[in-house]
Order: sequence, then structure tokens, then C-alpha cells
Amino acid sequence: MTGRVTTLRVWRGAASEGNFARYEVPFEEGMSVLDALRWIRAHVDSSLAIRYSCINANACHTCMALVDGRVEYTCTARLTPAGVTVAPLPKRPVIRDLVTDTMPAEEKLG
Amino acid sequence: MVAAAVTHLATDVLVVGAGGAGMYAAVAASREGRSVLLLDKGLVGRGGATIMAQMTVAAAIGQEEPDDWTLHLEDTLEAGRGICHEPLSRMLCERAPDRILEMERWGTRWAREGGHIKQVTAPGHRRKRCCYVDFLSTGPAVAATLRHQVATADRVRRVSNVAAIDLCVADGRVRGAVALDLSSGSLVTMAARAVILAAGGLTKIFRRNSASTNMGGEAYWLALEAGAELVDMEFVQFFPIAHLAPRLVGMDPIMWDPFRYKLGGRLLNGRFEEFIHRYGGEDGGRYTAPRDLASYAILKEVEAGRGSPHGGVYLDFRHLPEATLRTAFGPVIDRLLANGIDLTRMPVEVAPTAHYHMGGIAVDERLETRVAGLFAAGEAVGGPGGANRLSGNAISEAMVFGERAGHFAAEAAAGADPGWTEVYAERARAALAELRARKGSGRAPGVVQADLQDVMWEHAGPFRSREGLERALMCIHELRHELPDLTIADGDVFNLDVQDWYELKAMLRSAEAVVLSALQRTESRGAHQRLDAPQMSPAFEKNQLVSLAAGGLTSRWASVVRSGVRTA
Repeated sequence: MTGRVTTLRVWRGAASEGNFARYEVPFEEGMSVLDALRWIRAHVDSSLAIRYSCINANACHTCMALVDGRVEYTCTARLTPAGVTVAPLPKRPVIRDLVTDTMPAEEKLG
Repeated sequence: MVAAAVTHLATDVLVVGAGGAGMYAAVAASREGRSVLLLDKGLVGRGGATIMAQMTVAAAIGQEEPDDWTLHLEDTLEAGRGICHEPLSRMLCERAPDRILEMERWGTRWAREGGHIKQVTAPGHRRKRCCYVDFLSTGPAVAATLRHQVATADRVRRVSNVAAIDLCVADGRVRGAVALDLSSGSLVTMAARAVILAAGGLTKIFRRNSASTNMGGEAYWLALEAGAELVDMEFVQFFPIAHLAPRLVGMDPIMWDPFRYKLGGRLLNGRFEEFIHRYGGEDGGRYTAPRDLASYAILKEVEAGRGSPHGGVYLDFRHLPEATLRTAFGPVIDRLLANGIDLTRMPVEVAPTAHYHMGGIAVDERLETRVAGLFAAGEAVGGPGGANRLSGNAISEAMVFGERAGHFAAEAAAGADPGWTEVYAERARAALAELRARKGSGRAPGVVQADLQDVMWEHAGPFRSREGLERALMCIHELRHELPDLTIADGDVFNLDVQDWYELKAMLRSAEAVVLSALQRTESRGAHQRLDAPQMSPAFEKNQLVSLAAGGLTSRWASVVRSGVRTA
């Protein structure tokens, strides 16, 4: 550990109602945005809603979000000490926080 | 908190888990005319283990050189150290070729050369029989093919983001399941004439693992609670040279093995010395030691203070020119460079990691458990690999057992409709209501998961002893006592604390089954290595079965099921 920290601004809430929350996260060289989001869930607030499966392999392609205004896989988007802003995908209905409705219509209940 | 509405669905065959095995099972049951409900707690066809596999699929199609499924079976049984469930091993080897060819008809682009499917040798196989998709794309290609198949199959309903939390059993027969719709937080009840558990293994219970977040042992927990047995739970496969550092994103952590096969690689300790020879292996620029010996040697070097900075050892390809690297791995070299890893200039750090579970749900030759109508498929199945699975057999298992489980479940679903009563859902409904009403003062369930992972890695990992295992069992019981007091965040919609809580329950049960079984097996065999009992003992050439009785786990020994077919 280097003792460095980085800052994430993360959208919390529903699509229309919500705000960006600030989280300070220990920074390690090479870490991904998803690493930081998982760290927040484990150490600060487990209620943060995120979607991911393969964690690291960029195989499942389920962890997409808007990172500093660009659509990215959070598992491959690199963090820097400068920090990032993470928001839900812009063209999908927001379920909660960073989770958007990316399911094909026929895979939904109801 | 508002009680959300309950959705009820009915199907002939319910498949829990939509990775490789689950998707294949759905297709197989559908083509026999059954309706299928295919469930995944993540997104259908995106989670599980298959999609992460970057390596090969073993099948004796004999296109690269003459081969026969009986030779594949011999290799599989030999690696399994005498305790494979032989009819399952046979099913795997005999039927894998049909699945490879069917997948190719469905569009999987197996690497080809000279007009035939190219096959390579993976460790433990005496023939070139391992198929793959370039470059390191086998799993994603298999998953994509099966996603298309389930999407176009008749009578298959796919449901994403729905996690099974209980199986319903009455009069010794499975009647359906209760699940949690993560998007809404509401319960889903499902009547089914047959259920296939295809929700994968348990490697997530270890701190170091190569698993997706799905591998928390839910299939095992659901099976136990339904009254089925588990088998060979002590046999967890640890992969010796998983990527450790520098931080690498966008790649499967076990990606270095194909590099090693194709190019050779030097394994060096923290002082840049070769060391495998100190433990009975051979060095010389292309280490060839088997997985258990390599894991042992690496952990011993680290223990002796000769590890790399992050607690592993170095894997070094610096002796190879860039052109050689590019010929072998093309675009992968650029992905590594994007991660700041230039193999011509630096070694990487590697270390053992929990990779695969040989144990699992005990099934018969029709992949059915002792609970009528309850089947298993894929990694969730125990037995075919015995004490040690061969490299290349996991995707074959997903396809073969998926297809067979779908077939047999379709057969089992042919009888009269057993009917559904709301009573079946009571147990799960009450448990969820308690969870929702709770105002816990304890930790979040995800945090406790991390504690369990530490315990399992320290005391029930690649090397075990009675003392460590007893300590692990004690820690597991202590963590279980925390369950009623864990804090669950408010809210119904996509509440990961609720999901983590169910996962933790499954992880604790699976961990307990592993530790209990490892304690009883006072010998070393295959992937189960006891430092206090380092020899393999003929007295233990048998299987261990675990079941849930009066709220606790018990284990019993059983003779190995032989196939009667002795190969040449």
C-alpha cells in the first residue's frame, strides 16, 4: 500500500431522484473502477447497487457504466489518483444506483 | 416495508443457472418437447464459469491424430486417482465428441488447420485431443453459441436476475422452487416437474480464486436443503500459477497456462532462482511439474521468505523474442501491453488459486439425485473427475452433462402434473420476511463472506492438517452464529445485501462440507493434500458422501461406483 487515495463520485438513487455521493478509496496502481466500487461496498456502504459477474476477465460484459462521461466496462476502466465520476448508462432505465435495465425484454418477469 | 407481489410460473423443467451446462440442458429438454424455465441470478448466458474459460475442451474426435473415447476415459480415470464415479467419467468421454461437433454445426468456430479441427495436448492427455477457439476465446465462443441456441429454441423461457433460494420437495419428489427477483425484491414461485441444478461450483469460498462472483456453492446448498447428498467435497482443484501482479484487467487470472504450454516459461522465486527441482520437479526453461507439486513448491518458497513482492513467485518469458510471442498469442500481447505488461522486459508474479471443484452433488447414471426429479449438470456434479480433474474436461462436462441432464429431466417430466400448493413456498417466504423485517446490528453479509474466504484459504486451502481444519470448522460455526444479526440495508430493489446474505448461507454450508470431508480423509490424494498424512492410502480408495440431517452435516463412506468397462 502506498497510502494514496483517489475519489469516486458515484450516482446514488433512481433515474430522476438521486445525487452523486463522494467516496475516498485507497489507490493502488492499476486498479479498475470496479475494484473501487467493490471496495466501497465492502468497506463503506454495502447498499451500493452494482452489476458484475466475472469481476476481472472482461468476459461477462455486464458491468457497463458511464465513467467520466464515456460508456465503459468498469472492470477494465483504469482508475487514476485524479479520481472519476461514475453514472448509470444514459440510454437505459435506471433500476437503482449504477444498475440499469440491460436485460433483453424476454428475460424479464411480468 | 411493502410486501411485493408474488409471481407464479409453471414449467416442465426448471434449470437453475444459465452458464454452459444450464443452457445446454435447456436446449436438450426443449428439443424433447418440454417447456423449460431457465433461471440465472445474473444475466442469462453471461455469468458462471464457462464464459471465463480461455483454454481448451477435451474430446476424442480424433481429427488431429487417431484417438478413441476409451483412451480419454483411461486418462481421466488415471488423473482421478482411483475414485472417479466411472459411469459419469465414461459418459463424459464417450459423448464429448458429439457435443464438439454439434457446437460446430451451431456455429462455434473451433480453430481449424488443414481441413480439420485443430487439437492440442493438455497435461495428462496422451493424445492431441483438446479443441479451442483462438485467441484464448474458447469460453466466450461456447457461451455465445449457446446463448443463440436458447434464444431460438422453442418453449424455453429465460429469466435473468432471479436467484433460486429454496427447492420445494414433497413425498420425496421435487415440485419446484422459490426464487428472489433481484430487480424488484419480490418472490417468484415456480412449479416444475423436474429441476436441474446447474449453478456451478464453490471456489468463491476461498480468498484467492479465479471464479466469477457466481461460484458461492449455491447449487450445493440448495441440494443439501432439498435432501440430496454431496460427494467428494474435499477435492478442490488449486491452479498453481494464477496471475497475481501487476494488476491485470480484462483477462482470466489463469491465462498463463497456455503461454507455458506453447512457449515454455521459467518459474523463479523472489531471488530469481529456479526452485522446482528442490521439490522433486524439473526446471530448465520449461517447467513441467504437475499442478499439486507446483503449488506446493510455490507456497513453500513464499513461506521460506523467498516469494515475490506480492506473495507468489515469478513466471518469466524474457528469454523469448517478441516475434515468437506475437505468433503464438497475437492480440493478447497487445492486451498485456495495455496493462503495462511487456513480457520481453519483465516477469509477472503468479500464485496458486482455487480454480475448480471436483466434488459436488451426488447423482446416478441419469444425473438424478436421491430426490426424485432433481438433477444436476456441469461443475455442480460431483464424481466424474475423482480426486483431480484433467485440464480440458470442464467445458466437456458442461456440454455433456448439460445435454444428458436436459434429456433425463425431460423424461422425468413426462408424468402427471404433480400440482402446486402455496405451502411449498412457506419456508422460503418466512425466511425472507424475517430478513426484511430485521434491524441487525452486525456486519454486512458481504464483509462476513470475506472473513470466510480468509479462513478457508488459511486453513483448508492447498495444504491441510487436522489442526488447521478443526480451526476452520470452529470459525465457520462462529460465522454462522452471526447470520441472524447481520445488517441488511433497507429497500427491495436490487438489494445486494439480501443476495449476499443468501450467498453467505450457501458459502458457509459449502465450506463446512469441504472442511468436514477434508478432516475425515486422513490421507493425501490428488487435490486433497494433508501435511499430516502425506501418503495416499488404499484404505481411502472410496468416496465420501455428505448430507444434512437434523440441521447439521454428516458424512458417510461409500464404495467407488465402477463402470465395469475396463479399457485397453
